[in-house]
Amino acid sequence: MSSWSVPVRVATPIVMPVSRGVAWLSGAVVVGLALYYFTGVDQGAYSVFGADAHVHEFVHDARHFLGFPCH
Amino acid sequence: MERKLVLRGMLAGAIAGVAAFVFARIFAEPQIQAAIDYENGRDAAQQALDKASGLPTVIPGMEIFSRAVQADVGIGTGIVVVGIAMGLLYSVAYAFCLGRVGRLRPRTLAMLTALGGFLGTYLVPFIKYPANPPAIGHPDTIGQRGNLYLAMVACSLLLLVGATVLGRRLQPRLGTWNATLVAGTSYVVGIGVVMTLLPQLGELPANVSTYGHHATETPLPLTDAKGTIVYPGFPADILFSFRLYSAAAQLILWTTLGLIYAPMAERLLTPQPPRATAATPREPNPVGAP
Repeated sequence: MSSWSVPVRVATPIVMPVSRGVAWLSGAVVVGLALYYFTGVDQGAYSVFGADAHVHEFVHDARHFLGFPCH
Repeated sequence: MERKLVLRGMLAGAIAGVAAFVFARIFAEPQIQAAIDYENGRDAAQQALDKASGLPTVIPGMEIFSRAVQADVGIGTGIVVVGIAMGLLYSVAYAFCLGRVGRLRPRTLAMLTALGGFLGTYLVPFIKYPANPPAIGHPDTIGQRGNLYLAMVACSLLLLVGATVLGRRLQPRLGTWNATLVAGTSYVVGIGVVMTLLPQLGELPANVSTYGHHATETPLPLTDAKGTIVYPGFPADILFSFRLYSAAAQLILWTTLGLIYAPMAERLLTPQPPRATAATPREPNPVGAP
């Protein structure tokens, strides 16, 4: 164990304190997950609008193509 | 700073979605249409069989949106919206990784985060539950299939985070090379266990009781009462092309996302050289210059 330390050159010096950006970051997570859910999952395995299938049918091809289970 | 990172992620995701949509419109739509044609032909053959044997026939329901709407506006909206969603989640992952995953340039980290997104949200789940064109997938099992797919996405992402943490922990002792190898191997083993434990879609109870034991829900040939094939199974070539293009579209989406985000993040995070003070007059910057 050496008692001295060599200063380390850090290429990405910014460590974002989680507490500071929490509003923007958590907002981005909520919106991102909501968009993912409504495009990929809703009116399939789950449905927040009951038996309606408009969202499902509209993005039908995208849902298949992006790998989500459909029908 | 976090606002700028998030908004740039959203922008990059939207552009990536447009790029993937252009690819999908050209390459995927003919395959999707071929699959729908197969499905319609099969339904007609099934109806003829039912009618011949005196069973009640099902009248197909009305379509809410025409094929033209689904194939242009619908798939475009869907892919761009998912692109924006991925851009948002990606920017959060990027912000969290900044300075926490070792000494990397901002643009290198941007590409590695995009690689993680491609693997975690699409490619690894695809290995267990690949994308299926229309005509494949039984309506009775959509709930289970949806849950299994989401479970697979969640497991692949969690294990990816776990492997990254493990790699960081081991790095001081093993060095970067060996720590990366150990972390990568543990990810493969971990996700392999998950894939082994999750059921195959054809083995879901509802499918076994109706169709017997099969690996997938891909339609088999339709036979009449005597066992003669009256309509073929799902065409293998269409299935292969559809899945290949599906994977290619995701590769395009994540590559574009990373390549657009990388220079923006680099500019945002690299400390600017000290500006000339007001005492030394300079030429004004041209419009649009940084």
